[in-house]
Amino acid sequence: MIAVYLILLISFVGMVVLGILGNQSRASKINVWFNAATLVVSLILALVVLGKGPILSADKLFYIDAFNVYLIVLTALVGLTTSVFSGPYMENERLHGRLTDRRLQLYYSMYQGFMLAMFLVLTTNNMGLMWVAMEGATLATVLLVSLYRTPEAVEAAWKYFILCGVGIALALFGTILLFVAAEQLQGLGSDGLNWTVLFERAAELDPAVIKIAFVFLLVGYGTKIGLVPMHSWLPDAHSEGPTPMSAILSGLLLNDALYAVVRSKMIVDKSLGTDEAGILMMGFGMLSFLVAVLLLSRQQDIKRLFSYSSIEHMGMMTFAFGIGAPLATFAALLHMTVHSLTKSAIFVTVGHATQIAKTQQMEKIRGIVSTQPGVGWALVIGTLAIAGFPPFGVFVSEFLVLVATMKSYPWLTLPLLFGIGVAFAGLFGKLHPMVYGPAPKGQQAVEANMFPVYLHLVLVLWLGLAIPAALSGWFVQATQLISGGAPF
Amino acid sequence: MDIVHPDHYPQLITLLASLIIFTTFMMLAQGKLLTLINLFSLQGLLLAGTTAMVALITGNHHLLISAGLTLALKAIMIPWLLRYLVVRMRLHREVDPVENPVQIMLFGVSLVVFSYYVTLPVVQLSTLATSNMLAVSLAGILLGMLLMISRKQAVTHVVGFMTIENGLFFSAVVSTHGMPMVVELGIAFDVLVASVIFGVFFFQIRDSIDSLDVDKLNRLREETE
Repeated sequence: MIAVYLILLISFVGMVVLGILGNQSRASKINVWFNAATLVVSLILALVVLGKGPILSADKLFYIDAFNVYLIVLTALVGLTTSVFSGPYMENERLHGRLTDRRLQLYYSMYQGFMLAMFLVLTTNNMGLMWVAMEGATLATVLLVSLYRTPEAVEAAWKYFILCGVGIALALFGTILLFVAAEQLQGLGSDGLNWTVLFERAAELDPAVIKIAFVFLLVGYGTKIGLVPMHSWLPDAHSEGPTPMSAILSGLLLNDALYAVVRSKMIVDKSLGTDEAGILMMGFGMLSFLVAVLLLSRQQDIKRLFSYSSIEHMGMMTFAFGIGAPLATFAALLHMTVHSLTKSAIFVTVGHATQIAKTQQMEKIRGIVSTQPGVGWALVIGTLAIAGFPPFGVFVSEFLVLVATMKSYPWLTLPLLFGIGVAFAGLFGKLHPMVYGPAPKGQQAVEANMFPVYLHLVLVLWLGLAIPAALSGWFVQATQLISGGAPF
Repeated sequence: MDIVHPDHYPQLITLLASLIIFTTFMMLAQGKLLTLINLFSLQGLLLAGTTAMVALITGNHHLLISAGLTLALKAIMIPWLLRYLVVRMRLHREVDPVENPVQIMLFGVSLVVFSYYVTLPVVQLSTLATSNMLAVSLAGILLGMLLMISRKQAVTHVVGFMTIENGLFFSAVVSTHGMPMVVELGIAFDVLVASVIFGVFFFQIRDSIDSLDVDKLNRLREETE
C-alpha cells in the first residue's frame, strides 16, 4: 500500500520541484528521474498485487486490483519514455524561439501534475475522487495545449477546456446519481461512493437510477475518450499542443477515461443484470470508429491524422468492452496496451519529423528516410504497427476483437473490417510520399533520442509474437474481474 | 415559523430551488456582462444559503463547511475575479446580445420539463422529502449549457460553465445530503483552479484575436478539399 502513496507523492513532489526548477537546463533530466522513480515503484506494486491479490487501503480511498495495476505500470512507462523524448524536443523548440523559459517551467511542472492526476484516477477507490482527478487532468493539460500561444493553439485549448469541462460535468452528475442510489441502502453512509462497496452491493442498487447514472457517466467520460460526437476537441488539442503532450494525451488520458467508464460499467452490469450498458458502449464505439476512419483520409496535418487514428482505436476498444464477452474484454485490454505504446511512439516520431520538415502539413513533409533514417523508418514501422499489420501487437488485438465480434454479433464484423481497410489505405496513402523520395534542399537532421520509440515498438512486436506468461496471466485476471469469465 | 416542521422544510427548499432556477433564467435573458456576473453572485449566495439550511435542519454539520466554501468561492471570489477581469479589459459596457430571446426562453422552459421527465424514476425511489429537487438541479445544468451555446462572449461562457457547477453542487446537497468531504474539497479545488485558468485564457484569447468573441475562434475546422 505504501507503494501507492509513494507513486502519488513522487508525482506531487515532482510537480512542486519542477515548478521551482523548471526553467533550468537540467529540468528535463529531473523530469526523467521522477518518472523513472514512479516506474520502479509501480513495478514493485504490480509484483505485490500479482502475488497477493487486490489491496484496499485502510481508509478505503485506494484500491488496486489486476485491472488498474497494469494500467498504472503502462502509465508510468509511457510517462517515462515520453519524458526522455521531451528533453531534446523541447530544447529544440526553445532554440527556435517558440518557447520561453517560463513556459518551459510551466510545461515541466504540469507534466508531473498530469501524471499525478492520471495516477490518482487509476488508484482511487472513490468514484467522486476519480472525477476530481479526471478534471484535474484537464486543468493540468489545458494550459499546455496553448503553450505556443498561436491563435490556433489558444483556440484549441479553449475548445478543449469548454468541451471537456462541460462533458465531464455530466459525469459528475452521473456520479451523484450513483451516490443517490447508494444512499438508499442501509449502513453505507459516506462509503457509498467507494467502488468496492458499490460493486459488492450492486445487486441491491435501484436499476432505474443506475441506468440513468450510466448514461451520464458514459457521455461525460466519453468526452474524454474522444467518442463521436464529443470528439471535436481531440484533433485540435493534439495538433496544436507540443508533441510530447499529444503522446501522453493519446497514450494515457484516453485510456484512463476509458478505464473510468469500464469501472462504472462493472457496477451497472451487476446491478441491471442485462447488457444494456454494453449495447450503449457498442453503439458509441462503432460510431466513433466509423466516423474517425472516414475523416482520417481527409486530413492534411500529420498530427491530426494520427489523432483521428486515436479516436478510431478508442472507438474499437469501447466497442469491444461493450460486447462484454470474456474474449472481447481480453482483446480490449490488450488493445489498450498496444495502442498506447504504439501511438505514443508514433507521436514522438512525428514530433521529430515535423522538426525536420519544419511543418505539420503532410504535403510539405518529404524524404524523411533520406534525411534522417532513424526517424523515417520509425515512422514507417510505427504506422505499419498502428494500421494493424502482422506481426505487431495491434494485429493480434484487432484480430481478437474481430473473432469476438464474429461470435457475438456476426454482422458487425463487416463494418469493422471495412473501417480497418479504410484506415489502412488512409494512413499509407499519406505516409508513402512523406518518408520516401528525395529530401527537399537544405533539410537537416535534428537531435533526436529515438530510444523510447524503439523500446515501444519492440515491446509491441514482442506482444504480437508472444505475450509473456506473466502478462497474459495478468490480462486473464483482469478479464475475469470485468467480464466474470476466462477468455480461453 | 418553525422550519424544522416536516411541512415547512420541503417548502423552503422548493422556494430556494425555484429562486435558483429563476436566477438562471434571468441570466439567459441578460446581455450586460456586469449584471450577468451580479446575477451569478446572487445565485452563489442562494446556493450557500440552501446548503447552510440543509446542514442545520438535517444535522449534517459537515455541510456547513461546504456552505462556507460555496459562499467564499461562488458568491464572492469568482464573481470578484470576473468583475475585475471585465473592468480590466474594458468590457464593462459591453453587451453580449441575446439573439432570439423568445425562442431561448421557450427552449429553457422545455429543458426544465425534460429534466423532470428524466429524473422521474429517481424521484419515485427516493425517501428524501427534497428528492424532486434533482430535476431542478438537472435543469440548472442544462440551462447553463444553453447559456453557453446561445452566446458569443467568453465571459458569458465562463458564467455558464460556473452555473453548470452550481447545478451539480445543488444536486449533491439536496438529493444526497452532501458528498463525502474529500470529494467536496476536491471539487472546490478544481473549480478554483478552473476559474484562475479562465482568467489566464481571457488574456490569451484577447492577445490572439483582439476580442473575447469566441465565435471568432474559428480557424480550426475540418478542411473540405
